[in-house]
Amino acid sequence: MAVAETIAEPAAQAGSDLLRQRVRAAWIFLAPMLIVLALVAGWPLLRSIYFSFTNASLTNLEARQWIGFENYLSWITLKSGKTVYDGLLVDPLWWKSVWNTVRFTIVSVTLETIFGMMVALVLNADFRGRGIVRAAILVPWAIPTIVSAKMWAWMLNDQFGIINDILLNLGLISQKIAWTANPDTAMLAVLIVDIWKTTPFMALLILAGLQMIPGDIYEAAKIDGVNPVKVFWKVTLPLVRPALMVAIIFRMLDALRIFDLIYVLTANNAQTKTMSVFARENLFDFDKFAYGSAASTMLFLILTVITILYIIIGKVNFEGGR
Amino acid sequence: MLWHIVKRVAFYALVIGIVVISLFPFYYAIITSFKSGTALFVVNYWPTSFSLANYTQVLTTGSFVRNLGNSLFIASVVVVISLLLAVTASFALSRVRFRGRSLLLFTILAVSMFPQIAVLSGLFELIRFFGIFNTPFALIFAYMIFTLPFTVWVLTTFMRDLPVEIEEAAIVDGASPWVIVTKVFLPLMWPALVTTGLLAFIAAWNEFLFALTFTSSNNTRTVPVAIALLSGATQYEIPWGNIMAASVIVTVPLVVLVLIFQRKIISGLTAGGVKG
Repeated sequence: MAVAETIAEPAAQAGSDLLRQRVRAAWIFLAPMLIVLALVAGWPLLRSIYFSFTNASLTNLEARQWIGFENYLSWITLKSGKTVYDGLLVDPLWWKSVWNTVRFTIVSVTLETIFGMMVALVLNADFRGRGIVRAAILVPWAIPTIVSAKMWAWMLNDQFGIINDILLNLGLISQKIAWTANPDTAMLAVLIVDIWKTTPFMALLILAGLQMIPGDIYEAAKIDGVNPVKVFWKVTLPLVRPALMVAIIFRMLDALRIFDLIYVLTANNAQTKTMSVFARENLFDFDKFAYGSAASTMLFLILTVITILYIIIGKVNFEGGR
Repeated sequence: MLWHIVKRVAFYALVIGIVVISLFPFYYAIITSFKSGTALFVVNYWPTSFSLANYTQVLTTGSFVRNLGNSLFIASVVVVISLLLAVTASFALSRVRFRGRSLLLFTILAVSMFPQIAVLSGLFELIRFFGIFNTPFALIFAYMIFTLPFTVWVLTTFMRDLPVEIEEAAIVDGASPWVIVTKVFLPLMWPALVTTGLLAFIAAWNEFLFALTFTSSNNTRTVPVAIALLSGATQYEIPWGNIMAASVIVTVPLVVLVLIFQRKIISGLTAGGVKG
């Protein structure tokens, strides 16, 4: 935003009246966009948080009462003197979905970063057919998530799937695996599809960072006979780090809110149920609208905290080195 | 010399690996979509049959054509509205200095990374209040939450990089900000508008959570939901052939668009990503 200083100047020379007119026009220009955003994001967010403190149900949204933190945590002391806790914060299913989401996020983002870096380094090299590779990796990105989920569900099908066929022919497995239904492999199936689909995005963001590194640095390293592996760790990685950090947080936020892939690929599998799936299930399938709102509010809180921590710890610069 | 050849071979093996892994699932969906009857349940690595049965079934039975129309209508309207709102907004955010601008930019970025589930219950209430539940307008409205911040952000980064000189003359001539936007900036912005419009279109076309929640009948669904809920004659029979045909139908236009606008899309993605 350093550009601002230079832009305001011509207006300032033309007089402060003009400047004031310009600022007023800016607010008029911004107003429609801000009103729409407030209506579609701000207000619904506040209402969702509000619902989480009520006992609203889907069938009767209007007849609701304020019940404070009861959706989050409530307790009653029985006559025997024993205290029984209830609510989201002591719901094992909720914590299971939090753990599923975190596990999914850590594994998928780590592997996507590694593979994305590999693909980006390949695309950054000069070779014949580079255009074809770049076009090819755009295909998984362009395919709608639901379509990818269905395509892979078919490939991973236990009876007629090609993945089982390949693995059997290679002798890697001795019998067919029900990838998406089996609790042990469901998460693996989700990870495979997600990594396949989003590595291209990661690769393109990293590639943009790589292309900002001036070529003479590599020239100098080559003349000095520095080992390419060392060049990667000492030159490439530190220089591409700002772009990498931003790419990682984008992917992380995306992974933490994952819904569609899991909803379609491994529906109702407890091993892959994420926070978003848990929240929507309670909101619209179980008629626990308020409880679902509490879950979505918690998800929002968790994401906000993780983002702030990441920005502080990682010293992320969103200006891309500006 | 031998070492050099080994390196070359390993590199091209990696390249071929990347291409095959990227393209194989889509290729397999296409060859599956041309199979019918029992041929579906035999694993083949190469095309063996060419039957259009799945395509005719998808397009003639059920409401898939209607769903395609819904998706096309919704995504187009979403793109037009977000671009209209974003052009003036990004002019204000990129070319005018005023108090609170950094905060606004930060808020817009935050909204673009919003978990959509966090607004789902509030949005559901609002959509019912407006009386647009189970209509295309519910989705057009809801999709603004991700297309608008994205288009504003990318167009702002684009306008910020344009030199000061281009508007200096207009300011000296006493042109109003509105004239500057429409007469000076708009003609320069076509490439950026095409890119962001295309990316917003793809995002709206692919969206699933809102479409699943805010529509409730076969005729109002968009294609991702239609494909997810496509079922066979009985509850236990999944019509894989039809699903693959439907998948190919919705994906081919996207893949063609993406390949045509390759360079623009990559620059648009990285403008929305690396620069923030």
